[in-house]
Amino acid sequence: MSPEPFLGTTSRTPVRHHILSVLVENKAGVLARIAGLFARRGFNIYSLAVAPAESHARFSRVTIVVDAESAPLEQIVGQLDKLVNVVAITDLAPADAVERELLLATIQTNTANRTSLLDTLANAGAAIVDVDPGAVTVMLAGTPASCDQLERALESFSDVELHRTGRVALPRLGEAAPQ
Amino acid sequence: MQLTGAEALIKSLEQQGVDSVFGLPGGAILPVYDPLLDSSIRHILVRHEQGAGHMAEGYAMATGRAGVAMVTSGPGATNIVTPIGNAHMDSTPLVVITGQVATGSIGTDAFQECDITGITMGITKHNFLVQSAQEIPRAVAAAFHLATTGRPGPVLIDVPKDVTQSMMDWWYPSTIEEYDLPGYRPEIALDEDAVDRAVQLIAESERPVLYVGGGTLKSNATNELLAFAERTGMPVVTTLMARGAFPDSHEQHLGMPGMHGVYTAVTALQRADLLISLGARFDDRVTGKISAFAAGAKVIHVDIDRAEFNKVRHADVALQSNVGAALRALDAQGATPASMDAWWREIRSWQETYPLVYDEPTLEGPLRPQHVIASIAEKAEPGTIVTSGVGQHQMWAAQFWDFEEPRTWINSGGAGTMGFGVPAAIGAKVGRPDRTVWCIDGDGCFQMTAQELVTARAEGIPIKVAILNNAYLGMVRQWQEMFYEERYSEVYLSADLPDYVKWAEAMGCVGLRATNLKEMDDVIDEANKINDVPVVIDFRTDSSEKVFPMVASGASNDDIIVHPSQQGRAR
Repeated sequence: MSPEPFLGTTSRTPVRHHILSVLVENKAGVLARIAGLFARRGFNIYSLAVAPAESHARFSRVTIVVDAESAPLEQIVGQLDKLVNVVAITDLAPADAVERELLLATIQTNTANRTSLLDTLANAGAAIVDVDPGAVTVMLAGTPASCDQLERALESFSDVELHRTGRVALPRLGEAAPQ
Repeated sequence: MQLTGAEALIKSLEQQGVDSVFGLPGGAILPVYDPLLDSSIRHILVRHEQGAGHMAEGYAMATGRAGVAMVTSGPGATNIVTPIGNAHMDSTPLVVITGQVATGSIGTDAFQECDITGITMGITKHNFLVQSAQEIPRAVAAAFHLATTGRPGPVLIDVPKDVTQSMMDWWYPSTIEEYDLPGYRPEIALDEDAVDRAVQLIAESERPVLYVGGGTLKSNATNELLAFAERTGMPVVTTLMARGAFPDSHEQHLGMPGMHGVYTAVTALQRADLLISLGARFDDRVTGKISAFAAGAKVIHVDIDRAEFNKVRHADVALQSNVGAALRALDAQGATPASMDAWWREIRSWQETYPLVYDEPTLEGPLRPQHVIASIAEKAEPGTIVTSGVGQHQMWAAQFWDFEEPRTWINSGGAGTMGFGVPAAIGAKVGRPDRTVWCIDGDGCFQMTAQELVTARAEGIPIKVAILNNAYLGMVRQWQEMFYEERYSEVYLSADLPDYVKWAEAMGCVGLRATNLKEMDDVIDEANKINDVPVVIDFRTDSSEKVFPMVASGASNDDIIVHPSQQGRAR
C-alpha cells in the first residue's frame, strides 16, 4: 500500500476531524449506546462505519469520524471509554491514517450525456459495475476526498442516486503508534 | 443443581451479600417474588417505586454498599427512572432489577412493556437485558462489580418473565474474568510523573485549598484526607456532596463552597493560587461563572474518571486515581506548600467578618428555619444521619448542621430531586439501624414522597422528619423575590393544607407541631424520646427567610451576596 498524501479538508469533512477506530463488544444495542452518548453530549458524528472485527464474532469495529470542533477530542474519547461495551479506542489523526471509503452511484444515461459521463468516471478512476440501456451503476473505492470529487463531478448530471459508506481507517505504516 | 431463573436471581443476590431489597411486585417480576419468601433477604415493600429507588440510594450512601431495588415492568420501571437518574448524577452505587415482558413479546407493545434499557441508557453506568436464565448469575455479579468499582453508579438488570420462569444449572462466577466485561478496567496505575508534577505545584503554592468532593467519601479516603490536611496545614472546603468528609469542627475547615457556600470557603477558592480537587467535578453550583472562577489558581485534579479532566476547568495536573491512593502518594513524596502564614491571616479575617449567621429567633415565632436545624443538631446524638430534600431547607441543613463523620449527610446534589429526603432517610435507617436518622425536609418536598412513611411505619423503620413548613416552594420564592421583582408565580402552598399532623397520624406516625420557641424545644425533645415509630414535626417557619450567602445564577463568585446584616462590611 503506497502512502497517500493527506489531501486536506473538503466541503464534506469537518475542519478539524478525527477518526476514532473503536473496538466494541458485538452485542445488541451497542451502536445505540454510542449514538446516544454522542447525541446527549453534543458531539458531532460525520460518518460511521460498523462491521465485525477480524474473524471474531465477539467484537465489532466502529470507525467514527468526529468533529473535534464540537467538543475536545479528550472529552469524546474519555466519555466513549466509559461505555462498558467499548473495549479499545484508537485515535487516528487524519495525517497518520490511511482512510478509504466506497461510493456507489446510479446515473441515468442518454446519448447526450454518455461521453461526458465516461470521461468523468475515467478521470475519477471509478468502475462501472452494473448497466442497463438507460442507466449505469458505478463504484469508486478511494480516499474520502476522491469520493468527494466524484460526487461533485456527478452533480452536473441529473437523476443521480448516490450512496457512500462512510470511511474506514487504519494507522499509516511506519508512523509512531497513535496515542 | 437446577433452579428457576427467579431462584437463581435471589440466590445471586444472597451470594452478593445483599441483606435488604426495596421494591414493589407486579406482573412481570412476579416469579422473582416467590423465592424471595424463602430468602434471608429483607424486602421493604414501598408504596411507590420512586420510593424504592431513593431508599436504595439512602442505604448506599449511609453504608457504602450498593443499594438494591426491584420493581416490575412498564410503569414500575419508569417510576424508578428518577432515582436512577439521581444516582447517576451523584455516583451512587445502585443495582436496580426490573421485570420485563416475556422475550417473545418484546417489541409488540405488550401489556406493561417498556424499553427500560433504552430509557435508562444515558442515566446508568451500564444496563443489561438478560436473555437466558443461565446468564442471570453473571449479570448480577457484573452489575454489583460495575456499580461499586471505579466511579460508582447505578446499574439496571432487566429480566424478562420467561427468563425467570425457565430452568438453569446453578453456577456463580468466581473470578472477574467470568463477568465477561472486556471493556471495563477500573484499576488505574498511578501516573508517577503526574504525582511529581503535583508535588512541584504544591511546593510552589502559597495559597492552596483542598477542594473536597463526593469522590472522597466514595473512595473512603477521609482518613487520608485528614492526615494530608493536618500534615500540610492546608485549608479545606467540602462540597455539598462531601459534607462530613472532613470534620466541621476542625480549625482548617472553611465549610461548604458554592452558590450558598460559606463566604470564606467561596472566597478562598476564588483567591487561591492552587486548587487540589479531590473527587470533585467543578459543578456549576460550585464554580459560578466558570470564566471568573479561581482565575489565579493552578489545578491539581484527582479523579477516578478521566472524562472529568478538562471537562469544565483546565487541569494543570490530572491525576487519575481514587482519592486515597493519590493522597498517600502525595504524602509519600512529602508534598508541602510554601509558607501559608499570610494566606491563613487573610482567611481568618474573612471568617471573622463573614461568619454564617441568621436573624435572632423571636419567642413567639414564626420560627427561624436555620435555628430549628441548629436546635435539632444540638440535641442530636453524635453520629446522627441527616437526609434532606432539595431547596432552601437543604442548603440550611448543609450550612447549620455540623457534620463530624463521613456518611452522615445524605442529599440529592447533581440532580436536585425534590422528595428525596423521606425515602432516603428510610433507606439510611435500614442500612444503619444503630443510628438516629433525621430528615430535614421542606413542605413542598414532603408532599412529593410522604406516602413512604406508611412503608416506614409498616416495616418498623423509626425515622424522624422535620418539615420546615414555610408554606411555599421556598427556593423558587426566593429567586422570584430577588430576581423577578417579587412577582410570585405558582409558589404558594399553604401552611395548613395539608394538615401535616393529621397526615402523619393517618400514616401511623407520631405527628407534632411547633409554632414558637417553647414548642420547638418541647417537640424536639419529644421526638428524641420516640424510637419505635416514625415521627413527623410540622415546624411553622418564616416564609420570608432566604438562604445567604448567595451567588446569583451565572454570576461570578466574586459577586457573592452576604447576609443583609453583613452587607456593607469592608472586604
